[in-house]
Amino acid sequence: MGRFVDQFINPVIWARYWDEMLGAIGLTVQLTLLVLLTGLLLGLVLGLIRVAVPPLFRIPIVIFADVFRAIPPLVILVVNYFALPFAGIRLSGFDCAWLGLCLVLAAFTEEIIYGGLRAVGKGQWEAARSTGLGSVTTLMLIVFPQALRMTVAPLTNRTIAIAKNTALGSVIAVPEILNIAMSALSNSANSTPLTMAALFYIVLFAPLIVFSRWIEHRFPQRG
Amino acid sequence: MPIVYKPEYTMAALLKLDNVSKTFGDREVLHGVSLEVAPKEVVFLVGPSGSGKSTLLRFCNLLEHPSSGAVLFEGADILKQKNVNALRQSVGMVFQSFNLYPHMTALWNVAIALRLVQRKSAREAREIAHHFLAEVGLAHRGSAYPAELSGGQQQRVAIARALALKPKLMLFDEPTSALDPELVGSVLDVIRKMRHEGMTMLIVSHEMQFAREAADKVVFLDQGRVVEAGAPAALFGNPQQQRTIEFLSRFSLAGSHG
Amino acid sequence: MDAVLTNFANGDILAITWRPLLAGLAQTMLLSLLVIPLGAIAGLLIAALFVVSAGLARVLLMVWIDFFRAFPPLVLLIYLYFGAPLLGYEISAYAAIAVSFTLNTSSYFAEIFRAGIEGVPRGQWHAARATGMSWLQSFFVIVLPQGTRAVLPDLLSNIITITQLTALASVVSVPELLHTAQLAQATSYNVTPIIAAAVIYLALLWPLVRLMSHLDARRYSTKLSAAATQRRRRQETADE
Repeated sequence: MGRFVDQFINPVIWARYWDEMLGAIGLTVQLTLLVLLTGLLLGLVLGLIRVAVPPLFRIPIVIFADVFRAIPPLVILVVNYFALPFAGIRLSGFDCAWLGLCLVLAAFTEEIIYGGLRAVGKGQWEAARSTGLGSVTTLMLIVFPQALRMTVAPLTNRTIAIAKNTALGSVIAVPEILNIAMSALSNSANSTPLTMAALFYIVLFAPLIVFSRWIEHRFPQRG
Repeated sequence: MPIVYKPEYTMAALLKLDNVSKTFGDREVLHGVSLEVAPKEVVFLVGPSGSGKSTLLRFCNLLEHPSSGAVLFEGADILKQKNVNALRQSVGMVFQSFNLYPHMTALWNVAIALRLVQRKSAREAREIAHHFLAEVGLAHRGSAYPAELSGGQQQRVAIARALALKPKLMLFDEPTSALDPELVGSVLDVIRKMRHEGMTMLIVSHEMQFAREAADKVVFLDQGRVVEAGAPAALFGNPQQQRTIEFLSRFSLAGSHG
Repeated sequence: MDAVLTNFANGDILAITWRPLLAGLAQTMLLSLLVIPLGAIAGLLIAALFVVSAGLARVLLMVWIDFFRAFPPLVLLIYLYFGAPLLGYEISAYAAIAVSFTLNTSSYFAEIFRAGIEGVPRGQWHAARATGMSWLQSFFVIVLPQGTRAVLPDLLSNIITITQLTALASVVSVPELLHTAQLAQATSYNVTPIIAAAVIYLALLWPLVRLMSHLDARRYSTKLSAAATQRRRRQETADE
């Protein structure tokens, strides 16, 4: 037991890395918020465009969504980090993680939003158009709100799952929670920093998971 | 092969509910109800919704347990019986909402319990299932899925599912309430046929005309108590209690003729 | 153009790395085939326990599920793999992966199965039990198939996620596809192997992603149920 405490919740180690870990939390929160903001926005716009344009113009969007849903997020980050410089694009690890996770979230968001928009019945379009509303007005004021209601639960779940992927940034030298914890681990030969990282993640994400349960209850997907 | 399995005739009641009560939370929905069903007897339970009819019915195959009282089937207290699943094969049940298995064909809806509970071979289970589908007039619909059947057909498959286990008692929980009016007849025809062949039945129903025609005994239940019970001619023709008269007047049956 | 080819799709590099990459792919599939059944079975068990439990037990199960949904799997993996030896327990990379990924994915599977099972009407249980089927028979033969069908897109989505998750095994030096590609990149000073790995992942998962979109569209659409109603109506007028 003493050994466990010593190795996993050592107060001395805890105190030594506290400030550094707090800085890492700030970075993780920053990365997460940027990914959510840009990813959701891009996905939303792509989903709306895909409904509005003729079939031929949808193809690039479909390809984009398929590629970034199929390739593992970690592989996308690694490609960004190691391959983009060869194309003359030099991004920091942070920017690589942001860009990669933003594109993954946008791909999933686009697919979910598009599915929801398609699911709103033709009758709604016809009813709105018959009262003289334009197609863009119909899409934004009549169809989109209904679609959003239907998709908010899967969208929330997917968003949280992707937000958790900020931990993957540790692999490409983003000094976020896990990365700092791992270098602290190798410096101190003690697991306490990892315990701190685990606790920080739980504190960050458990409320989101509980929130997603509430969303699921409030906006059931089917019905 | 007759449509129903005929138990050996005994004088004793096949089913006896003795002073059963049911409490949900702090609300008592049944207050000491007693009821007997003799072999080959057809008993109708009637009464306003919320009177506890369905709960009473569910005691008889232990989908619901009474808070107090005894339920005797063939003279034995089923509340003390260990093998509930054996009892449930002797007591068939038909539900208001059919409850057919949507992922199985009509034939397998009937055959699945034969296969899994009675351990019959797949071939034998299918043969028996086919026989009972034919008995309810659906020999040609065995390969259809429930979603492809009308409500009346679905309910007849549900009846076949219960009959295939050769029960000694059949429970019906408002078997026609979920049906469009024009589909009710086909289900009532099947129940008539079962009655003709001597099946013992306990039926919760709002079909007063049918109760009058097919019942040996009608029990009127209101607010968790038996208000009045008797032969249909007496109960419909000359009800004794004010509440019975009020209830029956909604169906414009009370005192119409005797 | 030549520069692009030399840097990103270098034939010479591919010629020497395709064998190890294929071996890496085999490892990736092996890990997936290990974690998917483990997670699914454990998840189904948790969901079944959840369905039969009440009160405190139910709350505890929910806390368990949410805890491992909130815990990033990479953090769990590293915690196990690097933490255990400090306690004196050597743990193999495969064991660490099996445990951490099963804890993570079973929680997602449990949520999916639970939603599916709870979506099946109570009457299905009643009907099955009324014909004498045991709880287990009712669960496995009547309720689970219906519940599973309803959440098929979510199950597929989870399977895709798990296959992607196996890329994290590269962090603990399991020679799966990503790790193999990174090693090849480090020795060849060329990113072609990593691009190749991405393309292989795409080829592996693209059909599943398409299928997922297809199933989702079917779930959203009301066309199917409308068709069933029409068939039913026709039958009614023909039969009754």
